[in-house]
Amino acid sequence: MKENTKVYWKGLEELNQTEDFVKTAHNEFPEYLPLKSEDNAESGPDRRDFLKMLGFSVAAVTLAACEAPVKKAIPYVNKPEEIDPGIANYYATTYIDGSECLPVVVKTREGRPIKIEGNKLSSVYQGGTSVKAQASVLGLYDTARLAKPTIKGKSASWDKIDAEITSSLETIASAGGEIRIVTPSIYSPSTKRALSVFASKFPTAKHIQYDAISYYGILKANQITFGQYAVPSYDFSKADVIVSLGADFLGTWISPTEFARQYAATRKLSAKKKTMSRHYQFETGLSLTGSNADYRVGIKPSEEAAFVSELYNKLSSNKISVSSKKNDVLNKAATDLLNARGKSLVVSGSNDPSIQAVVNEINVILGNYGSTISFKNAYQTFQGNDEQMNTFVDELVAGTVKAVIFYGVNPVYDYYRGAEIEKVLKNTLLTVSFADRADETASLCTFIAPDSHYLESWNDAEPKIGFYSLAQPTIKNIFDTRQAQSSLLKWAGAPSDFYAFVKSTWTSSILNGQSWDKALHDGVLEPGISSTTVEPASNGLDVTAISTSFTKNYTAVNGIELKVYEKIGLGNGAQANNPWLQEFPDPISKATWDNYIALPISYAKEKGLEQGALVKVTNGKSSITLPVLIQPGQAKGTASIALGYGRSKSGKCGDGVGQNVFTWLKNVEGFISTNAGTVTIEPTGEVVKLALTQTHQTLMARPIIQDATLEEYKKNPSAGRFIPLVTNGDGKKVAPAELDIWKDQHHQPNHLWSMSIDLNSCIGCGACVIACQAENNVPVVGKKEVINAREMHWIRIDRYYSSEFEPKETGVYFDGDVVAMEDPSENPQVTFQPMMCQHCNHAPCETVCPVAATTHSSEGLNQMTYNRCIGTRYCANNCPYKVRRFNWFKYFDNGDMFDKNVTMNTSLGRMVLNPDVTVRSRGVMEKCSFCVQKIQEGKLKAKKEKRKIEDGEVQTACAASCATGAIVFGDYRDLNSQVYKERNEENKERTYTVLEELNVQPNVTYLTKIRNISKA
Amino acid sequence: MQVTSSVRPPLVTNGKKAKDVTNDICKQVEGKPSLAWIVAFTISVITLIYGGYCLWTTWYEGIGMWGLNKTIGWAWDITNFVWWVGIGHAGTLISAILLLFRQKWRTSINRAAEAMTIFAVLCAATFIIAHMGRPWCGHWVLPLPNTFGSLWQNFNSALMWDVFAISTYFTVSLVFWYVGLIPDFATIRERATGIRRSIYGALSMNWDGSAKTWSRYEAVSLVLAGVSTPLVLSVHTIVSMDFATSVIPGWHTTIFPPYFVAGAIFSGFAMVQTLMLITRVVYNLEDYITINHLESMNKVIVTTGSIVGVAYITEFFIAWYSGVPYESYAFINRAFGPYYWAYWAMMSCNVISPQLFWFKKVRTSILWTSILCIVVNIGMWFERFVIICTSLHRDFLPSSWSYFTPTMYDVGDYLFTFGLFFTLFLLFAKYFPVINMAEVKTIINSSSEKK
Repeated sequence: MKENTKVYWKGLEELNQTEDFVKTAHNEFPEYLPLKSEDNAESGPDRRDFLKMLGFSVAAVTLAACEAPVKKAIPYVNKPEEIDPGIANYYATTYIDGSECLPVVVKTREGRPIKIEGNKLSSVYQGGTSVKAQASVLGLYDTARLAKPTIKGKSASWDKIDAEITSSLETIASAGGEIRIVTPSIYSPSTKRALSVFASKFPTAKHIQYDAISYYGILKANQITFGQYAVPSYDFSKADVIVSLGADFLGTWISPTEFARQYAATRKLSAKKKTMSRHYQFETGLSLTGSNADYRVGIKPSEEAAFVSELYNKLSSNKISVSSKKNDVLNKAATDLLNARGKSLVVSGSNDPSIQAVVNEINVILGNYGSTISFKNAYQTFQGNDEQMNTFVDELVAGTVKAVIFYGVNPVYDYYRGAEIEKVLKNTLLTVSFADRADETASLCTFIAPDSHYLESWNDAEPKIGFYSLAQPTIKNIFDTRQAQSSLLKWAGAPSDFYAFVKSTWTSSILNGQSWDKALHDGVLEPGISSTTVEPASNGLDVTAISTSFTKNYTAVNGIELKVYEKIGLGNGAQANNPWLQEFPDPISKATWDNYIALPISYAKEKGLEQGALVKVTNGKSSITLPVLIQPGQAKGTASIALGYGRSKSGKCGDGVGQNVFTWLKNVEGFISTNAGTVTIEPTGEVVKLALTQTHQTLMARPIIQDATLEEYKKNPSAGRFIPLVTNGDGKKVAPAELDIWKDQHHQPNHLWSMSIDLNSCIGCGACVIACQAENNVPVVGKKEVINAREMHWIRIDRYYSSEFEPKETGVYFDGDVVAMEDPSENPQVTFQPMMCQHCNHAPCETVCPVAATTHSSEGLNQMTYNRCIGTRYCANNCPYKVRRFNWFKYFDNGDMFDKNVTMNTSLGRMVLNPDVTVRSRGVMEKCSFCVQKIQEGKLKAKKEKRKIEDGEVQTACAASCATGAIVFGDYRDLNSQVYKERNEENKERTYTVLEELNVQPNVTYLTKIRNISKA
Repeated sequence: MQVTSSVRPPLVTNGKKAKDVTNDICKQVEGKPSLAWIVAFTISVITLIYGGYCLWTTWYEGIGMWGLNKTIGWAWDITNFVWWVGIGHAGTLISAILLLFRQKWRTSINRAAEAMTIFAVLCAATFIIAHMGRPWCGHWVLPLPNTFGSLWQNFNSALMWDVFAISTYFTVSLVFWYVGLIPDFATIRERATGIRRSIYGALSMNWDGSAKTWSRYEAVSLVLAGVSTPLVLSVHTIVSMDFATSVIPGWHTTIFPPYFVAGAIFSGFAMVQTLMLITRVVYNLEDYITINHLESMNKVIVTTGSIVGVAYITEFFIAWYSGVPYESYAFINRAFGPYYWAYWAMMSCNVISPQLFWFKKVRTSILWTSILCIVVNIGMWFERFVIICTSLHRDFLPSSWSYFTPTMYDVGDYLFTFGLFFTLFLLFAKYFPVINMAEVKTIINSSSEKK
């Protein structure tokens, strides 16, 4: 085709190439467009701009029409150097709750504290944690906390409250009116200093310390015996013989996390160490400590003096004249004690200075001071003075106290004269509380100046002399709160920056030239006390005075004697609004969400009371209604009720749970006694269901727990082992693992994650249960669902009582009385067994899932794929260990659950969720994953650093929280790993798998339980 | 006047002719529903609606509405499932195995029995879906193409086998039943007018009644009977493997397949008896479903009941003889544990009560038959409950032992299936010929009659 050479012009301008035309020819629209202003055509908006503006305006108008979403999280404009999204930061701080103090490391994700770990740098606790410490992180996100200070129940500003309180304080002080600051034991050097600053400004201010659970008896006894108003430090690890008269030192007494570690050290056995301590316990109710004892005797509270006198009389030439108690076990204990002079320990849980004085003298006779007991590193966590507190209440009632400041205490609830305080508080001129919520006491105070949570605060502590611990905030204040120390300083007219205050305390008197930054990083500083300090000498025992006191205060009475006690989960009830703690199964009774009256089996039988029968318990003039829990091991003629329940103003979760028995504590000659006297019990005829997570008590003669005595173990390290043999096709008896139709189905070439659990050092405290709950976003289900046996805990501690009817041979049921086997003994042997997914290498659950939602990993993990699960529950049915947990309902975003499962139903509570773990939906199965997210994190870290993963680098939440080191986790393919050594070198003969005969080949092994009981 | 022989008594009494058969059966389809039918249907629909509410709540809120717990993952749901599947066995057994064995008496009851099978399997299927935590993902058990890559089902799982076994069984039973209905639909079509004629015409697939059609019909029936026969044995065998292939003491038992099949036939026949006893009275079909029919079925019941009884005793013997502690305990616990009442209910209903059928007076008595058949069905429900629930509630670790108590939703969901079953059965009885006219016509001229 010929090229067309014709030229067309748009107009004469183009043909003529006029100047105007040439100038604008390159423009898309050479002509003038009205969009541009005529005078400045070059810079004005053109068509494209117009379209842009039009587009933007339309979009903007459209967007403006929508409701702007409220963004609760905003991205960082500038990324803080130390925060990487998805990577956790850890800060050392100190958990302080009344008298419990633990150096901890707080895991934060994107600025939110989500998990408490123990601080391994602390030589005292060595990374161990307790149930309450593990659960405390949830308290930070408690919606019951006050968001602002209040005056007479109405929110106010800090300026206003400061002005009013200061003027009121000054008026009172200038008129010479008495000011009282009521606190629990204060062992924070900086807080003590802040209090003294306050006291110097207001000279009439007096500091009253009282502990909800009083240890005044020990303090006073030590003052009598040694002239030292202190609680000495105890070292159970050096004791070969331990005798405890009602001291629950593994559960609640003084410093249980520390004692548990020390105690476990004496109970651990290995190829190299074949000795263990012997532990005697004389107590009323079955405590955690009593359930671990080799010998346990149930005694009535009124017999405490008789038993301690008997023991003293056996050891000393002086005699206490009191109707003593002859007891074979006590005689045996005395003999053992004498054989272990200087390597023994006698402790008592009594708050009676007379009993504690006798115990002191017994330890003096045994030469235990300087070895197992020492005043060098005495505890400062108990300084409460019952007499002082009593005087304070008298003064308050008399109206001589004009101003009272409550800091960290709730006496209306937890002091036995709470009702009197409640009545007179409104008459007091100035009442201030630092409570974080309008609790029973704070709600009666004019002013509430809410204290920040410990995770939001600066603080320090010296729980034992010479052992310092620092606390730093891990998050900015969630609410408009201010820490109490700052408030005190502010009211005293001093600079209120408590960070600067703590730092100056440390720089001036604690650090001794060491680095503040290092101390803050480590969280602990342990200069200790020079070893040359000598233990104080005993002043001897005034036997006559003791005899008189005993005769007067310990008369045998008829009727049921009541002992009130502290529970491991709820303690004194300060954390009652924490649903993790409310649903924490009591280590002994396995009860949740309620307190109850524990009664001995024989009494319940005699009176025809069944489990859960509601009874009216009357003590003097007051009575309460509680369900009955039939408690094996409860001493005959006694009953026990736990403290810490019956809160009325703790929050939605804790209010109305159980009954308060703090009011039943007794003042005996100035000390507060947990022996609450005799009670009458009348059945109401009603029966309720107790929310128990374990309803069957005995082992039913099954080799699930394999145990032996120390003597047997010494002769044969595999004593107590049940070795199942099955007959193969050739008629030979072989181990079940040798019969296998799955030929090498699973290979674990790189890692084989395994766990070894020592039943000898597991004391059953349950810290692992809460650690797991926090780490793995395990929902709380509430009382009703626990009654329905649907609790969700991934790890549980099975607790078994022995029975009188166990047959000699394992599992012979056709000859025995199977129904009688279900009845535990009146005073049974107790065993604990942590039970979680056993990660079977031949897992029964894996084969039965129709959709392959649960499968085996190449590292030996039995893994759940939640989003593949359709919820047939076949896997749970086929699990021999019954460790699988089903989401019966939707536990998140569920209106019925908001006050229980707060971690998934309140926007504040959700902040505690671990972002690395999926929140499971309704209708899927879940279970222990061996903390696969932590394994993955550890593997990635090692991979980035181009090295193999080190033993101990990856720890499951349960293993990390264990104060006694009973749970050992690691890679079995690593021949240097502790778990490998445990199974192949240290404790080869003691290692067993539960239900070995099923040949499911679990990755979790247990070590036999050895008891130090002699036949003689 | 019908002449009878003592050697081979007639299967249809009172000298019914082919025309009588057509009239007797078609009149139910053609007439207005009777008062009894309307009352029964209303009750069924009300039950269905109430059960539907319970089922809907279960689906909406979660399986937690039932009484299950961490230890007992299956109780009423799978009990009901197995119970219904068991009931569903009689239909195919009657139509297939008895066809192959040339048991001509089956012709009067096979239609209703097959219908019962299909409805029972449907009821069972509702529990397959309902028991899932996430029923909306239920289709994942089928090997369907999916967007997850090569994501397959777990063919090791007995539940997977269940899916195949039951879907196959349902399909084959449905086809068999429908094929049998075709000539009868044609009969109704020929008598009907208007819209009814079109509907039954469509249902009869233009059946022309030619010799060739009849020949094909019979060939297909025989082929389907051949296909169904192994299914009668396989379905409950596979259902039993849900338990037998597990590790739970009381479930892990090799005796289960034959024992379950016998139990299924046992309960299925009892259910057929119950339904037939009502139908024959309400529809005046005493001449077609005679005492002889009842007696024959009672003989099957006493046989299978005895097999089941032997199985129970064998289980106990093996529990003792094996010396396996967990197995021993599971069985002692069944008889003397917290669920002893369920065990003894099962033993008395399933083992003792059917033995009364050894007496001719009992097995030819309508009253006794009706009572005992209901007792047997109750007993078989307890059998499944005993196996499932008492084995699970106390398995290996005593720490997890627990107890199951049903909630109103457990009951309601069971009622739903009753509502569904009877609604469907009543609709069937009203609109479909309840007796296979074509086949019955072939046996009215029995050998005892004078030619």
